[in-house]
Amino acid sequence: MTTRTFKLGNAVLTALFGIISIFFLLPLVWMISAASKTEKEVWTFPIQWIPKEWHFVQNFKTIWMGDVSFGLFYWNSIKIALISTLATLLISAMAGYALSKLEFKGKGLVFGAMMAFMMIPEQATLVPRYIMIKEFGLYDTHAALILMGMFSSYFTFLLRQFMLGVHNDLLEAAELDGAGFFRIFWSVMLPLSRPILATVGIIKFIWTWNDYQGPLIMLNSTNLYTIPLGMQFFKEEFGTTISVMMMASLAAIIPLLVLFLVLQKQVIKGISIGGVKG
Amino acid sequence: MSQHATVQKRLASRKEKRTYWTRRRREQLAGWLFIAPEVLGMLVLAVFPLLFSLGLSLTEWNLVGGLSAIHFVGLDNFAELFQDNRFLHALKNNIGFTAGTVPATMLIGVVLAAVIHKKLYFKDYFKAAFFVPYICSTVAVAAVWSALYHPSKGPLNQMLIHLGISEPPRWLVDTSWSLVAIMIIYIWQLLGYQIIIFLAGMSNIPDELYEAARIDGASGIQQFRRITLPLLGPTTFFLAITSTISSFKVFDMIKFLTDGGPNYSSTVIVYQIYEEGFQNFRMGYASAMSWILFLLIMLVTSVTWITQSRKVHY
Repeated sequence: MTTRTFKLGNAVLTALFGIISIFFLLPLVWMISAASKTEKEVWTFPIQWIPKEWHFVQNFKTIWMGDVSFGLFYWNSIKIALISTLATLLISAMAGYALSKLEFKGKGLVFGAMMAFMMIPEQATLVPRYIMIKEFGLYDTHAALILMGMFSSYFTFLLRQFMLGVHNDLLEAAELDGAGFFRIFWSVMLPLSRPILATVGIIKFIWTWNDYQGPLIMLNSTNLYTIPLGMQFFKEEFGTTISVMMMASLAAIIPLLVLFLVLQKQVIKGISIGGVKG
Repeated sequence: MSQHATVQKRLASRKEKRTYWTRRRREQLAGWLFIAPEVLGMLVLAVFPLLFSLGLSLTEWNLVGGLSAIHFVGLDNFAELFQDNRFLHALKNNIGFTAGTVPATMLIGVVLAAVIHKKLYFKDYFKAAFFVPYICSTVAVAAVWSALYHPSKGPLNQMLIHLGISEPPRWLVDTSWSLVAIMIIYIWQLLGYQIIIFLAGMSNIPDELYEAARIDGASGIQQFRRITLPLLGPTTFFLAITSTISSFKVFDMIKFLTDGGPNYSSTVIVYQIYEEGFQNFRMGYASAMSWILFLLIMLVTSVTWITQSRKVHY
């Protein structure tokens, strides 16, 4: 029941915010524009938003068809992000199920310890983990990154919170039908947790895809590089050729941008559940 | 006869088994089996490394000489830290970085979120628009900004010159501006996250409160100050802690853009850990720094926790 003038005010504000949001996104617009230009045109001022001379295809070829192709980095990133995400989901869902629905000795202790260890910053244990990875013989392998990315007390916590809300009747019904705990977990709990699994999975995928520090420390061979390291590589090769660098940035961002636009609701929900006590 | 006996025996043992594996015992076992991978991971990748790094911080070790080359040096590393100019620089920069980014993002974030929540049409568009930088790879975003920041040819400085500022900052290559330049990128990238969290908090505030305030004649700004802000307490608390912690861990942009430079003007603790540990291979020294970082984060968290739990009562 708002008045007419009120709505007009809101419309004006909306327009104003529309302009603000465009300014906010200008760096990304500039990136796309620069990626389509010749190197000379990148620096012209006033900014030529629409290129006079299109150079998109040439820049694209430099990134994808050079000696070192972005395609390899893509494949590495996809592989690592997918495997770590699936492994995290399984491990965290199992732990979440135990912590929410099973009674066992030491449960309180485990849960308390997990909450406490959520506070340890990853950087504080970087040196010893690097030494351990070297000792295990996993330095310069994707396995190192996957191993370090598989465990997350944070996601376990989120999954546990969700699973606490699953009705016990459903689990008891399955048990009466003769299902064991593993069966209940696999055929009842997991399907019921699909929404939270999807949300958590997307967030984990994005984080792994964008991770720079882990690969920087654990990888050495160029052919194992993930996309953020690939960016570093291209910076060393083409650092002064901005149009090519912007094409690389675009290539690094595009998959997540598409993922976000398609699954916007899930991503935003995934980000906000952490911040609101449920 | 003997056959009958074995059958009896088997039945008995099965019965015994069945009584041994009661539902409660099976649940105990299942509980531990389900939690085992997580606990194992936690022990191997968090608990053990934390203790290991505490031990390492008391040693001098360059990794190359193998385990026999470890020398116990007591608290020497910690003593050295506080005479190490680069570390002190890093510490100062970290504090400046947090002071400059956390209040700014939270303030802008809460105001933008309030307007989006209460006043705007196309809310989903605005949520998405402000959130896009957050999901972008930090390294890719940093590459874009480094071009924008180019001291002579970059669009930013071209514009500043156009506006009449004849000597604009040289941004990333300027000792007095490098950290500020990184803070701007950081705020830009993080703002959308803050907005999303604040919006989630705001959607939990019942509309009736605003309805009542409106009837009492409260203006929009009064409603924001008297209803929105106080009721956002838990959200603000959460964001204050998490953003402070993540601002202490800033690394990606600094490694990619400045390598802590020029002249250590943009170095931070995590960057120093990286440099000492993974470039100079001073494992003990880097571990000592890690522990300082860890203790700092603990300190910040507990101080925020204590002050907050005193202040908020409802």
